[in-house]
Amino acid sequence: MSRIAACYAACAEARRSVLIPFITAGDGGADKTLSAMQALVRHGADIIELGMPFSDPMADGPVIQKACERAIAAGMTLRGVLELVREFRRGDQSTPIVLMGYMNPIERYGHNEFARDAAEAGVDGVLLVDCPPEEAESIQAILASQQIDQIFLIAPTSTEQRIASICAMSSGFVYYVSLKGVTGAASLDQAALAQPVASLRQHTRLPVAVGFGIKSPVDAVTVAAHADAVVIGSALVECLRQADDVAVAAADFLRPIRAALDDRAAAVTA
Amino acid sequence: MQKSTNRLDNIPDAWQFGQNLNQQPDSAGHFGDYGGSYVSETLMASLDELKKSYLRWRQDPEFVRRFARDLKDYVGRPSPLYEARRLSESIGGARIILKREDLNHTGAHKINNTVGQALLAEFMGKKRVIAETGAGQHGVATATIAARLGLECVVYMGEVDIQRQAINVFRMRLLGAQVRSVDSGSKTLKDAMNEALRDWVTNVDDTFYVIGTVAGPHPYPMLVRDFNSVIGRESREQMQQQYDGLPDALVACVGGGSNAMGLFYPFINDPDVAMYGVEAGGEGTDGTQHAASLGGGRPGVLHGSRTYLLDDDAGQIRETHSVSAGLDYPGVGPEHSWLKDSGRAHYVSVTDQEALQAFHQLTRLEGILPALESAHAIAYATRLAATMSPEQTILVNLSGRGDKDVHTVAALEGIEV
Repeated sequence: MSRIAACYAACAEARRSVLIPFITAGDGGADKTLSAMQALVRHGADIIELGMPFSDPMADGPVIQKACERAIAAGMTLRGVLELVREFRRGDQSTPIVLMGYMNPIERYGHNEFARDAAEAGVDGVLLVDCPPEEAESIQAILASQQIDQIFLIAPTSTEQRIASICAMSSGFVYYVSLKGVTGAASLDQAALAQPVASLRQHTRLPVAVGFGIKSPVDAVTVAAHADAVVIGSALVECLRQADDVAVAAADFLRPIRAALDDRAAAVTA
Repeated sequence: MQKSTNRLDNIPDAWQFGQNLNQQPDSAGHFGDYGGSYVSETLMASLDELKKSYLRWRQDPEFVRRFARDLKDYVGRPSPLYEARRLSESIGGARIILKREDLNHTGAHKINNTVGQALLAEFMGKKRVIAETGAGQHGVATATIAARLGLECVVYMGEVDIQRQAINVFRMRLLGAQVRSVDSGSKTLKDAMNEALRDWVTNVDDTFYVIGTVAGPHPYPMLVRDFNSVIGRESREQMQQQYDGLPDALVACVGGGSNAMGLFYPFINDPDVAMYGVEAGGEGTDGTQHAASLGGGRPGVLHGSRTYLLDDDAGQIRETHSVSAGLDYPGVGPEHSWLKDSGRAHYVSVTDQEALQAFHQLTRLEGILPALESAHAIAYATRLAATMSPEQTILVNLSGRGDKDVHTVAALEGIEV
């Protein structure tokens, strides 16, 4: 069983909402990212989503744009991202790592070489924001040959027909974008979440993660009512940017969210 | 007196558009290995809606009639051919003929496309249009047609370009558009395009994104080409009528590549007509201070399509340089990538210095101030003409006028205006 499948299975068994923090690799330097990842796992992260910095992140809001700029300025490359994952894996064999980013750095690296090196480094899933299913056939096969899941986005604008075909192509989990907009945008529309998540579950038995616009413990609890997993990105990235000690800041950020999710789960079970 | 009718046969052939001359792109927007729709899922449904609407309306007599009428009465088409005799004589080779897109309303070919896309927005019931702009020409053209149709208009422009093109910024504001400054990345055209895509993702229900060049996700490269192909259709007819035959060569500048595609496309099945796309060589293509994606780049993925682009070894998009803001773009339309690989068109570059020389040459010999973008095409045409005989003809797309560039030229030459 893959790390991602094992993680979801264990959390489902324990009635635990899967918590997926996102950080941009190399923001503040590789060392800071590594200690942030370790702190996030210690304080309740179930899966880590690691942003591969790109110069033109067209689906990201200002917080992650600036994080990409800082990471690139600090010398982070795709090769460096994989090195970071390798480093992380030395101390953690179980937490799944999903890389999130854009096509061009992978084009330059080479699809086959990337899949091979990512698998070897210990990457479990890859989410390419600018690679919808229409363009994914070739790279998905290459990733699959290395047992890497390709995670696809489903948006509020996705038609029923698209949802069906995206679900058919997905492995690992599906990622529902909670709003029309970029990462870190305005705020979560809870009313708009129940129906689409329910309807996409009719097309897949894969776990459903929800992300974009989730900032607080309250948002996380709202999402957890519908989804298996909660992704938090921009709010965390912004918090770490301002921190002197990223490990402390990551812990302080994640702890109340983990607690709120666990309280909710306990209340539902009781 | 008979009033004009809705009948299509009243429209000159030159204004027909949307004929698929070379079976490109395929239904998913691929030109061979290039093109496609590399965008986030949120936009996929809108791109599909746009494609379906375009394929529907381009066959609708009312749409075609209104587009044709706007091109004639509002843009001022057909634009004439003008033979640059003194320029040709000074070289002593082929005859250089100019397609005068600089005489269009707003001063460049950009208006052909914005008239088409804004009309499409109206037919699709969208009330708000957005655009990206580099030099400001596409922004002005979009603001212009938005004013004419009463559409809300927001234009994204890099902070650096806003400073370089202050007059166009003011023109857009006069036209009622909101100009939003983009301070991310290199603060130029590519970043403005990112920001426009972010706006579109956020306001996808009521907003129409008017892309200014043959780049971006499918169907934009196709529809921008089709709306601009009036340039080539007219040129073909005019050459046959006035010169008894087609030109031996076409020359056009290429940033994203819309004026070149508009000129080339109707000649695609005329193998005796050579095609030259002229990229911005900046300070020379052996360094990094240029914007020649086809000449100095390699295939990758940017702004929704697979195409030649300029990036570093880690796949980060590089900052480019050209004296001409309209060519200062690290990517290029995917159909040009395909034309390059297939060998149908040739891509060359000229430096800032050569473009500036051509700017002065055309101004002094013909009394025509070309845009710095178009001056790249003029520069290459003079180089090419010298290798050809006086019986041969070169048709150059004079894609825009140079009034917008006089401050840039003055500043480069140390003159205070």
